[in-house]
Amino acid sequence: MDKKYSNKIPRGRDEAVIEWVSNLTLAFVIVICLYPFLNIVAKSFSSEGPIMAGEVYLLPKGFNTVAYQIVLGSSRFWKSFESSVFITAVGTLLNVTLTSFVAYAISRKNLPGQKIITILYIFTMLFGGGLIPTYLVVTNSGLYNTLWALIIPGLVSPFNLILMRNYFYTIPESLEESAKMDGAGHFTVLFRIVIPLSLPSIATIALFCAVGYWNEYFGALIYISNRAIAPIQIYLREILLNASDADLNNMDLIMTVAQEAVRGATVFVATLPILLVYPFLQKYYVQGMTLGAVKE
Amino acid sequence: MQADLMLNPKIERMKRKKKLKKDILENWQVYLMVLPALVILIWFRYVPIYGLQIAFKDFSLIKGITGSEWVGMKHFADLFSTGQFLKVLRNTLLINVYRIVFTWVLPIILAIMISECRSLPYKRVAQSISYLPHFLSWVIISAIFMNLLSLDTGIVNILISRFGGKQVIFLSEPKFFRSILVITEAWKNTGWSSIVYLSAITAIDASLYQAAAIDGASKLERIWHITLPGIKSTMVFILILRIGNALTNDVEQVLMLYNPMVYETGDVLGTYLYRIGIGQMKYSFTTAAGLFTSVINTILLIGANFFAHRIGERGMW
Repeated sequence: MDKKYSNKIPRGRDEAVIEWVSNLTLAFVIVICLYPFLNIVAKSFSSEGPIMAGEVYLLPKGFNTVAYQIVLGSSRFWKSFESSVFITAVGTLLNVTLTSFVAYAISRKNLPGQKIITILYIFTMLFGGGLIPTYLVVTNSGLYNTLWALIIPGLVSPFNLILMRNYFYTIPESLEESAKMDGAGHFTVLFRIVIPLSLPSIATIALFCAVGYWNEYFGALIYISNRAIAPIQIYLREILLNASDADLNNMDLIMTVAQEAVRGATVFVATLPILLVYPFLQKYYVQGMTLGAVKE
Repeated sequence: MQADLMLNPKIERMKRKKKLKKDILENWQVYLMVLPALVILIWFRYVPIYGLQIAFKDFSLIKGITGSEWVGMKHFADLFSTGQFLKVLRNTLLINVYRIVFTWVLPIILAIMISECRSLPYKRVAQSISYLPHFLSWVIISAIFMNLLSLDTGIVNILISRFGGKQVIFLSEPKFFRSILVITEAWKNTGWSSIVYLSAITAIDASLYQAAAIDGASKLERIWHITLPGIKSTMVFILILRIGNALTNDVEQVLMLYNPMVYETGDVLGTYLYRIGIGQMKYSFTTAAGLFTSVINTILLIGANFFAHRIGERGMW
């Protein structure tokens, strides 16, 4: 389109400049976002000499997989991995289900109490009990040192709720009315009509939740003192502070490898699940994000 | 007529009551749906608000929240007599001012640069890559930055010594810590935050650009006079959100990156509350500190929102 015009209108000299600035900026962004990650991965496959000499940049030097043998051979790594898989799977499922239940309720404009429920949720965005009172309630509920402490208290975030409600608003009421005429109850309407029509928004919220659970650190720090069930980020942090904590069974292997390599390997393995789901969900989240932001 | 009018309100009220009853009965399934979530909401969000009273009490675990003795404003007085709290408050405010300025502007620039890019595949790749860091945890990001900044083996120090400079232990230097917080946050969120602006830019009417081009406006003028005004309300909205959260930090971010050597510039409210609350178990004192800051935060949020409406922009509610 611009090419056609450029014959008639003198193309401003700044046009080409801005195009180059844009291309260079994006190149810069790509490098800045990728290099730090690729570098740590390259180190995880490198041997101690080149790492300590500062010779590893984008590609591994002295390629070996000892660090991965240490990480994947560690029973604590797998236990924490298991905990994280549990809170991510169960948490996401519960969170999305309950969020869609409440979003369905508050999107009924003539439901008695609909306003009160909405206000109850929005108010928590403005004011809350804060760290200690919440901590006391959670620990007094018998959740201390259980993975449920990382799931139940945070179910249904007001942000996701509003996002989903806005999406539910876009579903034509006539669809639901005709279903109700045929004798469908609210559960049927929700599961057969509303949810299937809202998959982009539900996928977005599921992604937010899943990433949130996988990355959970602070909650685990304060509610879980039993290291046997601590999720992966807690374990990861311990490795970062002291790589020889990785596994005591493999002491002889540890001697042969740089701490940096063990750290890099742990980082890579813990990020892998996110990298794997990323491309699949990418097409949804931009759509879902912008919908929530532009609405109202 | 007169009698009718007199009667009407009563009948109306009865009718309304009847209809309400019918509505509630008809919707029992909906109430069943929200019940579990509401119980969780009340228990984990509203009971802690009731628990805030321990800020005015000497809380003891044995006596419980209601049984502990009232001490009035004692903890608040302590708060301001210990210099620590004021120092932490000052750090929090300063760090947030830097954050608001830099991490607000960068996504806007990035969004404009992305929208000016002509090659679609290049643009797509750049966007996907720029969103990625948003999904990494602070534990991982701290590992990545510790690696970048480490002595001898990190790229930053390698470059410094190559150009003849003296290597720096960045994470132990109080004077660098605030910049590190801003940089790491920019790294994590700039791409992600640009999404909102990009969608605002795509919503701008393309004919405006054509008309401006025909009138001889240069590219820069078009960006200045069409693109920026087109995303102005989004810019203001995001800025207001940020100002409303000026006392909130990502606790995990600071917790992962700081250490006692940089407390004087890097200790913020969130980390301070964590250390004295969970670490030293000073429950009442910490609650007082938390209550004080959340009251200020709420005032900031309401104020920012009010201001947004005042200048004719969209607020949060």
